Amino acid sequence: MAILIDRHTRVMTQGITGKTGQFHTRQCREYAYGRDCFVAGVNPKKAGEELESIPVFATVEEAKQKTGATVSVIYVPPAYASAAIDEAVEAGLDLVVCITEGIPVRDMLRTRARMRGKKTLLIGPNCPGIITPGELKIGIMPGAIHQQGRIGVVSRSGTLTYEAVAQLSELGLGQSTCIGIGGDPINGLKHIDVLKLFNEDSETDAVLMVGEIGGTDEEECARWVKEHMKKPVVGFIAGVTAPPGKRMGHAGAIIAGGKGTAQEKIEVMEACGIRVTRNPAEMGKLLKSVI
Amino acid sequence: MKIHEYQAKAILSRYGVSVPAGVACFSVEEAVLAAEKLGGNKWVVKAQIYAGGRGKGGGVKLAKSIAEVRQFAEAMLFAPLVTHQTGPQGRIVHRLYIEQGVDIRHEYYLALVVDRTSQCVSLIASDAGGMDIEQVAAGSPEKIHKIQIDPLAGLNLRDAERIVREIDLPESCQSAAITMLDALYRAFDENDASLLEINPLIVTPDNRLIALDAKMNFDDNALFRHPEIVALRDLDEDDPLEAEASQHGLSYIPLDGDIACLVNGAGLAMATMDIIKLYGGNPANFLDVGGGATVEKVTEAFKLMLRNPGLQAILVNIFGGIMRCDVIAEGVVSAAREVKLTVPLIVRLEGTNVELGKKILADSGLTIISAGNMADAARKAVDAAARHCAEAATGGV
Repeated sequence: MAILIDRHTRVMTQGITGKTGQFHTRQCREYAYGRDCFVAGVNPKKAGEELESIPVFATVEEAKQKTGATVSVIYVPPAYASAAIDEAVEAGLDLVVCITEGIPVRDMLRTRARMRGKKTLLIGPNCPGIITPGELKIGIMPGAIHQQGRIGVVSRSGTLTYEAVAQLSELGLGQSTCIGIGGDPINGLKHIDVLKLFNEDSETDAVLMVGEIGGTDEEECARWVKEHMKKPVVGFIAGVTAPPGKRMGHAGAIIAGGKGTAQEKIEVMEACGIRVTRNPAEMGKLLKSVI
Repeated sequence: MKIHEYQAKAILSRYGVSVPAGVACFSVEEAVLAAEKLGGNKWVVKAQIYAGGRGKGGGVKLAKSIAEVRQFAEAMLFAPLVTHQTGPQGRIVHRLYIEQGVDIRHEYYLALVVDRTSQCVSLIASDAGGMDIEQVAAGSPEKIHKIQIDPLAGLNLRDAERIVREIDLPESCQSAAITMLDALYRAFDENDASLLEINPLIVTPDNRLIALDAKMNFDDNALFRHPEIVALRDLDEDDPLEAEASQHGLSYIPLDGDIACLVNGAGLAMATMDIIKLYGGNPANFLDVGGGATVEKVTEAFKLMLRNPGLQAILVNIFGGIMRCDVIAEGVVSAAREVKLTVPLIVRLEGTNVELGKKILADSGLTIISAGNMADAARKAVDAAARHCAEAATGGV
């Protein structure tokens, strides 16, 4: 099954009654098997109502019990989003995809600490979500640019991921699963976690990894790839021209104390056998050259 | 968000951290009065700007008489202060902090930062205080000690005891130091700080523990619950263009180049800057219009970019997801009508409603260089900028 989600996944939307949640749940239902997959919404104040024939429940636990949903997607506003993640983790869901942008770091530190030892995986926050083309889309990415296939994509950004995916599709390279892990400093799955999943996935042949300045996740991932990855990995790192000390949009995209530069990341990745292009218009081309 | 040293010290002293007595001043007269009121026989005159490296740049001076306080205040106030963090043009000093001078026996370093890898707040301490901590970390990493603080449990007493021993604080200060570490962590946590740095923390000859400097940064995402911190913002310290952009919900950072870029999404915006550079041009800015851009937002973005006097071209690179290409196109057209476009405009649209967007641009009658993909767009922007620059130099149009 690609990784993490496919047509058999059952999903609930936390924050389904808000404008964003409603809009994107509708878009996701219209993509591939989405109509079968999106089975519940959660909002304590609107329990018992229906939204486009999706039943709304008061709690995640109840939605899980009544519909069998094991995955949730969160569009709750930033001040309440970490509590929404906590609720999904408490209910023992398999996967939580948090789209919300702007969650305070302190809230995420506590939520991540509470998640220790729990089985729930988190994608995001501040991310476009996850899509297994031709099967299921959970998030805000444009479905039409994707093609079913055997390339895995993982990225910290939103539109740059779309750019990467469009380049792959243009070259006839479909995708097994594409994951945007988000641009925040404290998040769930990291590059390394997603690469581990792709490594074990029989439906993924190669991986395109898109990173950006800030932190050391790409470097840690690269070291793991060198030791363990059985499939070709290529990459691009955004922010070669970014000045130090400035937050480039994403809360996590900042070169601090001389750490987290694009150059450092590229050097480590290349030393670990990952081919990296300096040209963001050639991500697809580079991937094609290694398979 | 950043605040000044004296503001950070005011926050810390509310948590029981000892800081020297001091007064923030906005004029030379205020500075002199403050020194007289503070009393004693030595004072420190400190320029209040957000950038670090003030000491080396001449922004921190020890005055041994009131006359010297006046002399230093006159020299610093309303003059540019250049440090390694300000850039060559420096920052104009609008505020001074006058502090009572304190005798120093030894200097230490303390900091709290968010550690992305362990997903905890880390406490960093060293007995090599008063120096550039990055140099200490590079040159003698054994002098840097770290503990991780559990976000749910708070500062662990045993960890705190260990680290004060590791940095060799005098026995008689250790218990006060542990209390101080706890206070610093509470100040960090309760105020949603992203950085808290005390450099130096000093021990006086009579074994008192004093925070001689203090730096606090705050998580922008959490400012909604800290109006008292937002109120500390010093508008003189913000880049005026960045501040104006943020009022319009745009993320904008001016750079040195001459090709402006308007992009949706931070990652793609950085990649657009990178590809301009790769093809031999120089990006003039980072500009992310975000996912929910409106015609008004795009118009404001154009106005910001056009404010750059050295501008030679504008590159619009949009990959529409939630953002619809027709909205961007309408914004481009409306902006071009409202402000006179004096430089070539290169537009690359992709994604949601791309055909409609292209039609709006074509029907507008504007001179737009359209590009089929990102590489094409960057190449055309670099060429157009070079041509425009050459034409301007030879007096052509």
